[in-house]
Amino acid sequence: MSQNNVLDSFHDPAIAGPLAAALRTYAVPRPVRFMHVCGTHEHAIARAGIRGALPAGLRLVAGPGCPVCVCPAADIDLAIEAARREDVIVATFGDMFRVPSSERSLEEMKAAGCDIRIVYSPMDAVRIAHEHPEREVVFMAVGFETTAGPIAAALSGNPPPNFSIMPSLRLIPPALTFLLERDSGSLDGFLLPGHVSTVLGRDGYLFLERRYNVPGVIAGFEPIDIIRAILELLSQATAGPPYRVVNQYRRIVSEGGNEKARRVIDRVFEVCDATWRGIGVIPSSGLALRESCRHLDARIKLGLEGNPGAIDVPPGCICHEVILGDAEPEKCPLFGTRCMPRNPQGPCMVSSEGTCRARYQYRTIKLPEGK
Amino acid sequence: MCLGIPMKIVERDGNDAVAEAGGIRKNVRLDLLDDVRIGDYVLIHTGYAIETIDEGEALETLELIKKVYRAGMTHEVDDNGE
Repeated sequence: MSQNNVLDSFHDPAIAGPLAAALRTYAVPRPVRFMHVCGTHEHAIARAGIRGALPAGLRLVAGPGCPVCVCPAADIDLAIEAARREDVIVATFGDMFRVPSSERSLEEMKAAGCDIRIVYSPMDAVRIAHEHPEREVVFMAVGFETTAGPIAAALSGNPPPNFSIMPSLRLIPPALTFLLERDSGSLDGFLLPGHVSTVLGRDGYLFLERRYNVPGVIAGFEPIDIIRAILELLSQATAGPPYRVVNQYRRIVSEGGNEKARRVIDRVFEVCDATWRGIGVIPSSGLALRESCRHLDARIKLGLEGNPGAIDVPPGCICHEVILGDAEPEKCPLFGTRCMPRNPQGPCMVSSEGTCRARYQYRTIKLPEGK
Repeated sequence: MCLGIPMKIVERDGNDAVAEAGGIRKNVRLDLLDDVRIGDYVLIHTGYAIETIDEGEALETLELIKKVYRAGMTHEVDDNGE
């Protein structure tokens, strides 16, 4: 069986049908609240209309799983400060481009004449630096563990002297800890992010078993993967403690994760405290350049002043509640009225992985009634 | 950004490689993996291969799903406690 056929089977309706039926008819033992922490999971859930097929008593909420949404306005302001300089080119991933900081987005600054370029890969940013030795190329390094690998690899590969980064990388397990500490008892399980987990492995989440006794399921992104994961969490809720972390994405995620990627990351970065937009500081949840690599930090290299007064959440916007799973997008008075993809007020609507964006984009989709 | 794309490695030269999917060929990097061979399927994220795709595991998972859910059960249990 060719690889393509095998992977295609993961969205085969003949397989998905019985799974969806099992979910719809599940007898939930008590009200439970499961959270995912991955923007792509929210997208997949919204697109497949999975919330419409949940049994009564189960709430599935979105957590802070969008690295773009949790990038503080102050970090965007630093990129804008760099971009304002004649001799600087700022390179950024596409989904950061339209996110507003306090006043402006990189897109608006580009329209105002700054040299800001969208790249798909950190490799592309390095290539721009090679092509423009007379300019400083600053790459806005936003992401979680999955993206830290490629960024660290690009930095390890002897980039040219005119290349630097604006580090804005965050880590998922400390965020899970933060969520559990702030609201113990109200989270009954996690859907764990499929691709972050390629780095961490199941091993990276054992603290959920050992310290918090909360179940977690590492899940892929097909509707089949997500429904299976929810059913596993429900099974554990029914069976009771002790709860376990289960890897249901074994075709890609291994028990120990990608040790090489972790080594590459560790060579260049060290753990630091980090601010998450709308949340505040989460201890040990970010990555900073190691002392030996500080020459790659654009803030130091360019002597940037920064904007400590940057406003993370504009008036009326409740992105800070949405990313913590405290509010659904539909509760926001701006959602779908003043805040829409073409005119976003907050980061959750801008990013392709934002909760509000996914909810808005697929707002008319419902799973078909079925057997 | 989480959108990892499964692609097949068709050429490699050290850490530079060419990957292919759906008729599209892309230059990708293999810095984050050891032992990638031509013909392997990998997950590409921002231009880097971040993991190999294990076809055997994929097939096992599909078999498990068919066995359990077609039988009208709702819980998967296998030897590995998955």
